[in-house]
Amino acid sequence: MSLLRNNTFLMVLVALIVIVPLALPIAESMEAPFSGADDQAEGVIAQVAPDYKPWFSSIWEPPSGEIESLLFALQAALGTGVLAYYIGLRRGMAKAKDEA
Amino acid sequence: MHIMEGFLPATHCVVWAAASAPVVAYGAWRVKKIVEDQPNAKLLLASSGAFAFVLSALKLPSVTGSCSHPTGTGLGAILFGPSVMAVMGTIVLLFQALLLAHGGLTTLGANVFSMGIVGPFVSYGLYKVVRKIGGGLPLSVFLAASLGDFATYCTTALQLALAFPDPASGIAGSAAKFLGIFAMTQVPLAIAEGLLTVVVMNILTKYSQTELKSLNILDEGAQA
Repeated sequence: MSLLRNNTFLMVLVALIVIVPLALPIAESMEAPFSGADDQAEGVIAQVAPDYKPWFSSIWEPPSGEIESLLFALQAALGTGVLAYYIGLRRGMAKAKDEA
Repeated sequence: MHIMEGFLPATHCVVWAAASAPVVAYGAWRVKKIVEDQPNAKLLLASSGAFAFVLSALKLPSVTGSCSHPTGTGLGAILFGPSVMAVMGTIVLLFQALLLAHGGLTTLGANVFSMGIVGPFVSYGLYKVVRKIGGGLPLSVFLAASLGDFATYCTTALQLALAFPDPASGIAGSAAKFLGIFAMTQVPLAIAEGLLTVVVMNILTKYSQTELKSLNILDEGAQA
């Protein structure tokens, strides 16, 4: 049994990959720890092309950080719902077939 | 990997949109064909899109001290071919551009190119190559999904470098700066995406053998 076929092992690894950065003392030396890479790229643009003015802005923006988290959570929830429905359905069908 | 609304010069927006549009159109035709010819794979097709929906909503911390997200496009590219994920990627990016102010309509073409096209094509190509030289299913899926994710972020960095060359060191200089942000941050997240894609493929190998066989992921008669 290869380790890559062991889902428990894989999930523990994923959890570690996410937790380790938070546990390391990297945040203390930074001005804005764990900000988005997209925002940092915007910083580089401001540095190499200080005269660039964005020529279009978002038609609608979430009015607050809370609403933004709500919509991100909604996005993840919708995806999880479909995925979990599918896996549950196929698992049930496989089980029914085994028992038949 | 989201290039923000208005953050690419208009000519670049047009060029990237023109490059992406035919692939998305071909992908839409492929989706229609799969739904018609393989109706029993419809749910798995929707699930591949759902996987990209979930993963691209999760902004994860990286050892570089910044946050970024996986793309989730490798799974669908392996199962249904890369052009199908150009369609899924467009849906995800539209959702985020319209409701989250992440990415944008003017930069949609460029973002679809990196997340919906380059990533999935790299995943699909790598999957085929690794399988051909005898790699097992989990290993092929891991390499395909993680390097596809990584390729998406390198593409974003290069797109920004082309649009914003460094006044002193040119495109190469600014590419180094953008890669420094996107590629470095992405290394652990790409590994996480590879592992999560293997998790889903392991579940499919167990419960969805009929579909995997009809999609030629598993051999006929093989017991995973």
